[in-house]
Amino acid sequence: MRPSRPAPSDSPAQAKESEPIMRERIRFGVTAAALAGVMLAASACGGTTRGDDGGSGAGSGGSTAEADPDAEIPEGLAISFLPKQLNNPYFTVADAGGKEAVEELGGEFKEVGPSEATASSQVSYINTLSQQGSDVIVLAANDPNAVCGALNQARQAGSVVVTFDSDTAPDCRDLFVNQATAKDIARTQVEMIAEQIGGEGEIAFLSATPNATNQNAWLELMEKELAKEEYSGIEVVDTVYGNDDDQKSFNEMQGLLQTHPDLAGVVSPTTVGLAAAARYLSSSDYKGEVALTGLGTPNQMREYVENGTVEEFALWDPANLGYLAAYSGASMSAGRITGEQGQTFEAGRLGEYTVRADGEIVLGPPTVFNKGNIDDYDF
Amino acid sequence: MGPEVDTPGTSAAPAPPARPRTGARTGAALRSLLHTREASIIGALIASVLAASLLVEGFASGRNAGFLVLDVAAIALIALPMTLVIITGEIDLSVASTLGLTSAVMGQLWVLGVPLETIVPLCVLLGAVLGAVNGLLVTVAGLPSLAVTIGTMALYRGLAYVVLGDRAVADFPFSWTGGATARLPGTDLPWVALLIAVLAAVFALVLHATPVGRSLYAIGSNAEATRFSGVSVRWTKLWLFVASGTVAGGAGVFWTLQYGSARADNAFGLELSVVAAVLLGGVSIFGGRGALPGVLAGVLLLGTIRNALRLADVSSDVLSIVTGLLLVVSVVLPTTLARVRARRPRPAPPS
Repeated sequence: MRPSRPAPSDSPAQAKESEPIMRERIRFGVTAAALAGVMLAASACGGTTRGDDGGSGAGSGGSTAEADPDAEIPEGLAISFLPKQLNNPYFTVADAGGKEAVEELGGEFKEVGPSEATASSQVSYINTLSQQGSDVIVLAANDPNAVCGALNQARQAGSVVVTFDSDTAPDCRDLFVNQATAKDIARTQVEMIAEQIGGEGEIAFLSATPNATNQNAWLELMEKELAKEEYSGIEVVDTVYGNDDDQKSFNEMQGLLQTHPDLAGVVSPTTVGLAAAARYLSSSDYKGEVALTGLGTPNQMREYVENGTVEEFALWDPANLGYLAAYSGASMSAGRITGEQGQTFEAGRLGEYTVRADGEIVLGPPTVFNKGNIDDYDF
Repeated sequence: MGPEVDTPGTSAAPAPPARPRTGARTGAALRSLLHTREASIIGALIASVLAASLLVEGFASGRNAGFLVLDVAAIALIALPMTLVIITGEIDLSVASTLGLTSAVMGQLWVLGVPLETIVPLCVLLGAVLGAVNGLLVTVAGLPSLAVTIGTMALYRGLAYVVLGDRAVADFPFSWTGGATARLPGTDLPWVALLIAVLAAVFALVLHATPVGRSLYAIGSNAEATRFSGVSVRWTKLWLFVASGTVAGGAGVFWTLQYGSARADNAFGLELSVVAAVLLGGVSIFGGRGALPGVLAGVLLLGTIRNALRLADVSSDVLSIVTGLLLVVSVVLPTTLARVRARRPRPAPPS
């Protein structure tokens, strides 16, 4: 900022800028701009460009310590769950499964998280957990990279980091507990929608946030699956995003049906989206006309399966996912596994699991829910 | 706001009923008022730091202080020019969107293969341009800054999505992303703390020790009178918006490197945290009143409370309630006190 000059004493009520000051200021501005330009030009020659460096990775990578499959899991392990956001029914169930496992192991369970599913908000919570000396941090990441720095600091401070549901870049965590392989999830959903619309017609996707790691992976694989010969009658006409917000998803579903009058089916690979879409569909004229399927929880979808709005949908049991994540983290913290491919460990009532490449552990294929079996599940 | 002489200072001064209203008196009263408002917020900061150190395990450590500073770094940076803007009676609500757009442009330029050494100054320059757009709309077109910056808040955020779409660019070199959060040698404090301190010193000097700074208070109290006294209100405001945009652009660069992720939705809603911190720091939303040390204390107070409550395992919902209540109290309390004082008999303002 430039100090303003005292006004000429003979013109106390002068509102206009006096000419010389104006000109001087313009000259100052031009000089500053020119200077900035020169600096830019100078700095443009030689510098850090994309591809210079091996990317963002700087993680400590796989542990070099030997695994001891018979190591005791010590009592009192602090195992903390950090979901994408609090008060999301899906994560409430997953974290409850985690709590069950932590109690079996005699550890200390904790669930913390932001009230909004943003990338940066999780960083504060990771730092807090690290500061509290949490032994295991179980995280569902809102952004695969924004949490990396904080996670690696926490790992350097001695925490084991397990991701579940949504992974981070592999060099920022020790283990990733995958609900099902993305391929299985995509294939199951494509099979369901193809069957429900009789193998041909227009379909659309109602997804979560545009940046959601897993939803994007599934969408891509579903498109790939649909490109197969057997699905040539099915055309994807639109992809909309409900941001995992009930009202937004509801509105997007409404919009989809209005913009695409020939729509035969909608696939929503997110629990919030599917429930909101079903709520709209059940009270609209399209009920029974437009097929709806995707990933949802039995408790949220029971009403719509019973009233015929939705025929079938799929999901893994999130409680089992949280349960497995807690056991994985505890096993690693105790030294039973180190995250190397091929190592096996016991996960309580779920039995034995094997660590795959890149520290990935897969829960199993998704379960399909329909009128016949939905009452067997309560989550 | 009342007539020119009836600055907020008079309403809060413990004045005898028939006090003569000279300019000197008003100035002294204003200063003492500033002193008390600031003193209370700084007192609250010290009290909460002491309480957190004693009561919350893990709070009183250098490592945690580093986390705390990184948590509030972007807010602290943007709050500096925001303080000056609000003191002149204007507001800049587009800062978080400026940050987001800068971040998106930074990501896009990086994808296009532009070296970071060029991207960083370009992004800061972009911030300055975005700020200048606000400033020109306010000064040349004569529109209220609230309306202008609500508009550009949506506009800049929209442009950010145009530039980067739904993608996130995250393959910045670790030497830069790690460097953004690097600690000062021998301490747990990130280097950005030093940057904030230097910038704060510069802004404090300008605000509290130069004629320009004094003119900002004058503009906030009565822009018309200030203009007639020979201060170029329009140029001053324009430069303030440029400063605000520049710092927001710089904060965008820092944010992108700090989280290692360029996204169009970065810092969504941060403008409210910034304005909240500035108001908590004792700056009047109506302009003409406030001081930079109070604002820094306000930023740190919000950061301390959030940090301590998180360490104490208070859930994020309760956390929002607590910070919200704090803000309401900080606004309601002085107003209520002023109203109580106003009940006393007062002489008619000089005409």
